[in-house]
Amino acid sequence: MTLKATPLNSAHRALGAKMVDFGGWDMPVNYGSQIEEHNAVRGDAGMFDVSHMCVVEVRGANTRSFLRHLLANNVDKLQVPGKALYSCMLNPEGGVIDDLIVYFLAEDWFRIVVNAGTADKDVAWMNAQNAATGSGVTITQRRDGNDPIALIAVQGPNARAKVWQVLPTTQAATESIKPFNAAIVPDTAFGEAMVARTGYTGEDGFEIGVPATQAEALWNALLAAGVKPAGLGARDTLRLEAGMNLYGQDMDDGVNPLDAGLAWTIDLVSERDFIGKAALQAKGQQAQFVGLILREKGGILRAHQKVVAASGLEGEITSGTFSPSMQQAIALARVPMDVAVGDTVHVIIRDKQLAASVVKLPFVRNGKVLAA
Amino acid sequence: MNIPTDLKYTESHEWVRREADGSLTVGITEYAQDALGDIVFVELPQVGKEFTAGMDAAVVESVKAASDIYAPVAGTVTAVNQPVADAPDSINQDAYGAWLFKLAPSDAAAYDKLLDADAYGKTTDH
Repeated sequence: MTLKATPLNSAHRALGAKMVDFGGWDMPVNYGSQIEEHNAVRGDAGMFDVSHMCVVEVRGANTRSFLRHLLANNVDKLQVPGKALYSCMLNPEGGVIDDLIVYFLAEDWFRIVVNAGTADKDVAWMNAQNAATGSGVTITQRRDGNDPIALIAVQGPNARAKVWQVLPTTQAATESIKPFNAAIVPDTAFGEAMVARTGYTGEDGFEIGVPATQAEALWNALLAAGVKPAGLGARDTLRLEAGMNLYGQDMDDGVNPLDAGLAWTIDLVSERDFIGKAALQAKGQQAQFVGLILREKGGILRAHQKVVAASGLEGEITSGTFSPSMQQAIALARVPMDVAVGDTVHVIIRDKQLAASVVKLPFVRNGKVLAA
Repeated sequence: MNIPTDLKYTESHEWVRREADGSLTVGITEYAQDALGDIVFVELPQVGKEFTAGMDAAVVESVKAASDIYAPVAGTVTAVNQPVADAPDSINQDAYGAWLFKLAPSDAAAYDKLLDADAYGKTTDH
């Protein structure tokens, strides 16, 4: 089976990246040391090729009402062009089809960015819902085929300044935008650029979308400006420290988002109906999603390790790693409802039960360790 | 990738050096540390522990994976390298210098049956 490649594949290989099969994509896991790449993002500026993720355009007069019904979070929060929202897309049983970011560009044009491995499933679902509701919107994915958009995420305290060095004509439009807002700037040196103040690292920065034909030139310009290339290994340690969920690991089609720490993205209070609402109202929350810090030597916290609460009830780690910023093993875990922040639980690693502290997320934000 | 010719190897990427007194020093190869990535945790065996060939002897964990290290031959642990356990990334920096443990082999001839540099090199060629 040949792996899929992003427009930056040769650029990664030219930098000596260690390439891996990431869900069918040939992607860089690191360019030498993922810990160095992680630290570069926390302290300076690093960049990720996220062109395996998929931009989906939704256009038409009924786009807003279509998305009000399709998405668990409420797009009516988006009233200013460029404003963005993090949301889940649920199935009728309340399970998570994907998590995504939706950008309001115009009343007849919203842009959604979905995960790489779920893009085909997501677009098929959206098309089916479009037909079922008679919304008459057009749904166009911008990754495979004609006119693709490549995505580069530049993250870190110096990220925005570096982006403006390389894309000076975007500075005026993006200098004062707040987090979770975007601007589309035509006629930059790299074509039309969407610059969004979003990210998956817990640091400030911009995620940039440009025509795929311009991706390598933009990547090289950012390199020349001193932005450090960062791979999927660093991406995972950064997002975990930032307490951000990873689809396919922390939640999936069979997981109730209320049990995955995503209640804040789901509006169950207003009278707006959306796919999955009734199922979630019936189920309610049955588990808590917490951070863990390992307190005893004996290994690294990892997905699927069992967590034993003081009561003897069990939970499970959904994502674990060694935190470069904290120099400790940390994890995200689904635990019983009787567990409280501050409790000590035990994690089973090989043949030992090792003590871990339950902490509030995030562990790290804007370069600062919050949990200890 | 560097594969010193004065060492012997296993298919599971341990290197082994026979010392003048017949004891064996064991570590993991440059190929192994590169595949693992940044190493962040090392668990060493207890001195005095007895192993048969192929038994789990130690654990090396990188950020992304946990890797068991196996006893290359049967023997008893005579020493462990605590400084490496305290600074796991030293394995990434110098795989052949950052030894993990030493064994007194129960059969001196077992060492000769391990892979030489050439044979090990072939197992890592893709």
